[in-house]
Amino acid sequence: MKLTAPLIYGLVACILLVSAPHADHLPLWVSAMCAVLLGWRAFITYRGRPQPNRWMLLLVTVACVAAIGATYHTFFGRDVGVTLLILLASLKLLELKAVRDATVLIYLSCFIIITNFFYSQSISTALFMLFTLIVIMATWVNLQTGTLALKPRLRMAGILLLQAIPLSLLLFVLFPRIQGPLWGMPQDAYATSGLSDKMSPGSMGKLSLSDAVAFRVTFQGSAPPRDQLYWRGPVLWDFDGTTWTRGRNATLQAPTLTDVAQPISYTITLEPHNKNWLFALDMPSQISIPAEFAPDFQLLSKDTVRARIRYNVTSQRSYRANLEEPMPQMVRAFNFPREYNPLAQKVAQQWRATSQNDEEIVRTALTYFNRGGFEYTLEPPLLGKNSVDDFLFTTKKGFCEHYASSFVFLMRAAGVPARVVTGYQGGEFNDLGGYYILRQSDAHAWAEVWFRNRGWVRFDPTAAIAPARVERGLSAALNNNSALPFLSRTQSTWLINLRFNFDSITNQWNQWVLGYDTERQFAFLTRMGMEDITWQKLATNMLAGISLLVGIFTLFLLRRLRIKTTDEVQKTWLKTCLKLEKAGFPRLPHEGGMDYATRIANVRPDLRHDVLDLATRYTSLRYGNASMKNDLAAFQNASRRFKVRRAPTSQ
Amino acid sequence: MLKRFKKLFRNWAFRRTVETGTVVLNQRRIYIIPSRQGFVFAMVLGVMLLGDINYNLSLGYVLTFLLATTAGLTMLYAFRNLAQLEIHAGHVEPVFVGEPANFVFHFNNPSSLIRYQIHLHDDAEHETIFDLPAQCSTPISLAIPSTQRGWMDSERLSLYTHFPLGLFHAWTYIHFDVRCLVYPKPAIPQALPEASAQKGEGKTIATGDEDFSGLRNYVAGDAMPRIAWKALAREQGLQVKQFSAQQGHSLWLDWTLLPNIAQERKLELLTRWVLDADVQGLAYGLRLPDGVLEPQNTPAHRAECLRRLALFGMSEQ
Repeated sequence: MKLTAPLIYGLVACILLVSAPHADHLPLWVSAMCAVLLGWRAFITYRGRPQPNRWMLLLVTVACVAAIGATYHTFFGRDVGVTLLILLASLKLLELKAVRDATVLIYLSCFIIITNFFYSQSISTALFMLFTLIVIMATWVNLQTGTLALKPRLRMAGILLLQAIPLSLLLFVLFPRIQGPLWGMPQDAYATSGLSDKMSPGSMGKLSLSDAVAFRVTFQGSAPPRDQLYWRGPVLWDFDGTTWTRGRNATLQAPTLTDVAQPISYTITLEPHNKNWLFALDMPSQISIPAEFAPDFQLLSKDTVRARIRYNVTSQRSYRANLEEPMPQMVRAFNFPREYNPLAQKVAQQWRATSQNDEEIVRTALTYFNRGGFEYTLEPPLLGKNSVDDFLFTTKKGFCEHYASSFVFLMRAAGVPARVVTGYQGGEFNDLGGYYILRQSDAHAWAEVWFRNRGWVRFDPTAAIAPARVERGLSAALNNNSALPFLSRTQSTWLINLRFNFDSITNQWNQWVLGYDTERQFAFLTRMGMEDITWQKLATNMLAGISLLVGIFTLFLLRRLRIKTTDEVQKTWLKTCLKLEKAGFPRLPHEGGMDYATRIANVRPDLRHDVLDLATRYTSLRYGNASMKNDLAAFQNASRRFKVRRAPTSQ
Repeated sequence: MLKRFKKLFRNWAFRRTVETGTVVLNQRRIYIIPSRQGFVFAMVLGVMLLGDINYNLSLGYVLTFLLATTAGLTMLYAFRNLAQLEIHAGHVEPVFVGEPANFVFHFNNPSSLIRYQIHLHDDAEHETIFDLPAQCSTPISLAIPSTQRGWMDSERLSLYTHFPLGLFHAWTYIHFDVRCLVYPKPAIPQALPEASAQKGEGKTIATGDEDFSGLRNYVAGDAMPRIAWKALAREQGLQVKQFSAQQGHSLWLDWTLLPNIAQERKLELLTRWVLDADVQGLAYGLRLPDGVLEPQNTPAHRAECLRRLALFGMSEQ
């Protein structure tokens, strides 16, 4: 097999297809370089020119590698690896010598496909992968069939892949899933977006511009009302005047819930966010995966969430949280920077002086937010050094973080223990899939206040200004939708349906294909009737399934090898003879076709034409050397039409 | 050394019978092992699977399994590419030493599948590659250079395919009872010996050259000056002028009258003379130590003379 032009075009197409999805995260110059190299290769093949000089290629290669080093400052890690792989594959195209080089490129293309899954594993990526595979296979087949045209090769590739699908499905379902990772992963393996453990003015607002899905929730039983859907994330204690942070918990004491009631169970499928906290409704009491309950009721996973995970949580909707808060934690809940926001401190002290108890202070504050002419907006004005003062008394325009932050500041200044809680609020119900979708735009911040006999109680100052935010979502609470991400705006019904359909499919895809891990595998196999699943059992089933499918395929593939023993010509002729025999003219054993026909023609002049015609066709097909398909079909037709009419009454 | 072991192993592991008639390639005759590329691809798949496990790439699993299954299925394709082929050996034309012997095999493909890229080769890597269309018989010839006169055996030939992806090597051995007669290599052109001393005639050649008796089709080895260029110009094909020799002026090619040179050289010289005399239309006889062929000028006579020379000093088998 030689390196023909169609083969080289095929290889160019392969490399182009596998590297194209990388274009949006490769440095621009790499994409440009690859395009130039591929174009160059196609051009010299088209013009029939020799490949470039070896030294020149070496020079280009060294230059490229050096440039990559300069761009990334390292040669290790995922991004650099992918970039190097793509560049070297493109360069290899320019020095093809033997068929082996082509094989290497084919293998490389298969490998580069998989690197794209670091960045995206969506349905469209999967479909694109299938398309790419067909092109790769068609090129690969070209290595072994030489002159075969593109169309039959594409057909062959398509058939090969189609036939491989059932077996690969079986492998996918039954192949034992090992909970990775097998070795330490470079941090950069995952893209991140989502809540952080810091909150400063503007941070939540920025997040609310993103449509990205944070997690999906399926409730067992009916869902609680929307205004109770507070998905608890990082709890922020420490304030430095502008930014709230988690700080360090001063105790290791596990949190306690008393007087619990109204439990609710649900399953969360959490998108990877590269942090270790998990989300749950206030207040979680049980979780299905190994996780730690932090002293402030935060759920912390043992490992960073680097892959989509699924967990079941039971939360108590009615509770008394940490009636006994340890002293060091209490100190944190009272602490605030005294050098900032003097006005706010003064107001808080007034409230303290005029109120009977802590509850009354909280009520006063909420009333203040409600009546004080505050506005809920995504585009608040910039705040100065005394951010709380500026917000409370000057601008009066803010997003949830402004309200939560100033509320907690006021509480602490008034001597009421309080803290900020961040997370998500609400969620969008997908009718088709029966689950809630929480997007980054649902990110929210609220406050918790500690009372002597009630423990930590949730207060949402945002709800005091814009109750719609909590009851109906962000778009209902904002007057002007334009700044919101497309999916968060109120939309027409059909658009919403379309969107839900699509998200429903995506969710199924995420659950069953991308999220098919050890647990899901066990659950699925148990549902399929497999009991106490062990590795041995999986292996036996896998082998049995494979043998069965391979057996079926063998029969299927080899069926066309069967030689057709029946001779169509002979069969048709025998049928004709049978018709004549029924009419009373059996063929004598010694008679040849023509003799037989002549004999009948003499006895029955009315059949003469037909019989002689059929016999002639038969003899020419059977003994002549030109046996064409058309002739056979014509013979079969004539035979079918042939009817032995009753003999004309003799006069 | 390694080659010898390889051969020994193959002789031990695979049947070594010589076939006659038609051979049908059934599952007992077709062997399959992964090719070197197949092993490399398996390694690539292994690395991919490790990546899938480590990075928990579900779509990666899908890709890996899809590729692995496809690769596995190509084993069936490789088998199918050879299965049920019917092979029988065809007629082999004699050749002169140094010319390639064309062993012809008729491959009948009774199925409705096209067979792609089948390689037929011998142990010395002489190879021919071919496709077999569906439902028809195709003659395939394998050219193996001849090195010495006498009978040349085709030896055991391998028939293999790497279709469709080159991951599997499916092969079979065919060893037919077929041999090619190899004539000695004609010596460089030399003048024919004087016509038989016994008859005392010396002018045979000259007169034989003058009496033009007609044209016949060109055969390999005919002398250039005898080609009828005019006939060629009239588009009658490549023809050779034939001259009749007069009766009784027969030429004897006599072994005993040859100069004292090595036996093989003598055979080569005689071969040259047989060819030349045949072309010139002389009636020539051959006198060898082991027999005498009376003077004649017919294609059959020429063939018999060359055969005697080819097999001189050898047993007839």
